[in-house]
Amino acid sequence: MSATLKITDLHVNVGDTPILKGVNLSIRQGEIHALMGPNGSGKSTLAYTLAGHPKYEITGGSIELDGRDIGELDPCERARLGMFLAFQYPVTIPGVKVADFLRHAITNVRNPDRKEGEDLMPMKEFRQELRKTMTELNIDQEFARRYLNDGFSGGEKKRMEILQLAMLKPKFAFLDETDSGLDSDAVRVVSEGLAKLSGPQMGVLIITHHRKLLEYNIPQFTHVMLAGRIVETGDAKLAQELYSNGYAGVRERHPLEAQEEQAAQQSKTPATV
Amino acid sequence: MSQAVLTDSLENEKSDVSIGDYQYGFHDPEDKYQFKSRRGLDREIVAQISEMKNEPGWMRDFRLKSLEQFESFPMPYWGGDMSELNFQEMFYYVKASDRQGKTWDEVPDDIRKTYDRLGIPEAEKKYLSGVKAQYESEVIYGSLQEDLAKQGVLFTDTDSALRDHPEIFREHFATVIPPNDNKFAALNSAVWSGGSFIYVPKGVKIDFPLQAYFRINTMNMGQFERTLIIVDEGASVHYVEGCTAPTYSSDSLHSAVVEIIVKRNARCRYTTIQNWSNNVYNLVTKRAMAYGDSLMEWIDGNLGSKLTMKYPAIYLMEPGARGETLSIAFAGDGQHQDAGAKMVHCAPHTSSRIISKSISKNGGRSSYRGLVKVQKGAHDCKSNVVCDALILDPASRSDTYPYIEIDEQDVAIEHEASVSKIAEDQLLYLMSRGLTEAEASAMIVTGFIEPLVKELPMEYAVEMNRLIELQMEGSVG
Repeated sequence: MSATLKITDLHVNVGDTPILKGVNLSIRQGEIHALMGPNGSGKSTLAYTLAGHPKYEITGGSIELDGRDIGELDPCERARLGMFLAFQYPVTIPGVKVADFLRHAITNVRNPDRKEGEDLMPMKEFRQELRKTMTELNIDQEFARRYLNDGFSGGEKKRMEILQLAMLKPKFAFLDETDSGLDSDAVRVVSEGLAKLSGPQMGVLIITHHRKLLEYNIPQFTHVMLAGRIVETGDAKLAQELYSNGYAGVRERHPLEAQEEQAAQQSKTPATV
Repeated sequence: MSQAVLTDSLENEKSDVSIGDYQYGFHDPEDKYQFKSRRGLDREIVAQISEMKNEPGWMRDFRLKSLEQFESFPMPYWGGDMSELNFQEMFYYVKASDRQGKTWDEVPDDIRKTYDRLGIPEAEKKYLSGVKAQYESEVIYGSLQEDLAKQGVLFTDTDSALRDHPEIFREHFATVIPPNDNKFAALNSAVWSGGSFIYVPKGVKIDFPLQAYFRINTMNMGQFERTLIIVDEGASVHYVEGCTAPTYSSDSLHSAVVEIIVKRNARCRYTTIQNWSNNVYNLVTKRAMAYGDSLMEWIDGNLGSKLTMKYPAIYLMEPGARGETLSIAFAGDGQHQDAGAKMVHCAPHTSSRIISKSISKNGGRSSYRGLVKVQKGAHDCKSNVVCDALILDPASRSDTYPYIEIDEQDVAIEHEASVSKIAEDQLLYLMSRGLTEAEASAMIVTGFIEPLVKELPMEYAVEMNRLIELQMEGSVG
């Protein structure tokens, strides 16, 4: 029985500015979807909205997980329902060891009803599982003792995201890899890591320009965004076309949205994330 | 086998005095009277205190002179608000057994909740919350005490030390903090009672932390305790006191004095965590003298109290001496922590480091007040100060008062300061991994104070983290 994440006619504002203007998308556990589109089209906005970022306000439409509207839920509740966003730039949490953070996160996600102050997962059990997972992912054990993302290189931060993905085992994972300038090591880490972890239990949405990512993780569905909407959906071949020809073709085929895109850029509205 | 820590009424005298208690120095067999001084402070009361304790003449004179000093000093014009302190309204010498206790029902819910979260045992809860006046417990460190005694280590309460080790006591007492140092040192010098006395002989290294014998000890919770620690050449000791659990005190003024002498090549670490109830003014003078190639460390955790003013100081007296102070101040609703450190470089080739972390929430006020002083002739010194403040909401406040006085050319002095609040993106990140907002905030705050917490003995570190969690739950939602 695989769960479905269903996004219907989603409209999202940042402050007074509409960014998403009617997104429709359905992801089932076990499927890999790619989301592409030029800068400013709303890709990262969609990712943050799914995660429940407070700055992104849903003004219309819905996000449903297995028929349940999750639009009002905060990020903590969404995590406990099995949603996970791998951030483009994971923040540093100084003074907090990776192991301590993971132990707390896993305890909550695996016991969604857990109340504050109740016991965490037993230390011994946790350590064993952590050690095993780090070995499988080729991550140096000493990372467990380091402070979360503190002084980590780009690649190391991605390793942490993948480690979290591996241990939290979400039903739906969204990977925000929109930065085309990211170093190749980081991209490789995500590509290989994701390939190891995806399977019938995980629905994946990869938001990216990176060829490598999609070569390792061939999408069943490729979506293209333009001016806050998904304008086209195809398969892996669509992704190929976009690499080769860029977005010119898409803009030609969808003149209305192309116009909106131009207008938005010209009026210099506040930058979308 | 449990004994009352302090017994002074006539009925108890015969049954409760035992060799065991006397040896550990927590029971004064001379103390046969029910005694409670009347309110207020004057020569008669100070003289009475000395007489009750059967002290030698020099101490009596010392106390009386100190009283004069106290009376001649004006109140400090800086620091916190002490306008409500009324010296003539207080009792300056009350035996623990005479204190009026509360009933368990009167203990506020949030205090009870904290005890549960920290896993405080039943007996301790009643004592800490002021329900029980005395703490009875088993002597845990009995055999440790024998080991120490064999090595010539003296570890007793200050009253007993004056009586049993008069020479070494008199040689060092009040040499680090003279009564005319400041108004509250003078007060303590006049009315001091209790505290710890430690002497570690040359070359003896004690490799486990010395704590008050019991986890809680009436002596160490005293209003005017006076602690004196002497670490002889090449020796080392780590002393730990206090507890993270909220501690009720019926006394509104706590004014302790801690003097430490760290001789050549010796090492001393003094760790304190205090969490006094909201009625307490906690005004402490703590100072150490560090001699050639020695290391002195203060680890100072200030939670609770209405007003805390405390600036652990290290005087670096001879070349090679090093001093380090790690300080946390956590101020909540109705609390003012004015804490920091002082490093005085009196000799060349000395170094010091101050790390101060202050947190304020729910309208609390948390300040760093520190001094780095390099005297003339103290060339080639290094000092590094890091003071970070975390303000958790718009009602709260944090201030920094750094004083730097340098009278030498060839020195390297650094000072870094930062002020921050909990970053939204950090909250989002942690919450998106399943932590509630309170849990995420607690984790961030815990990370903020990690440099200090990692130096604490394990039980304190665990308690500290649990306490922070509980505090954060209280303030969110």
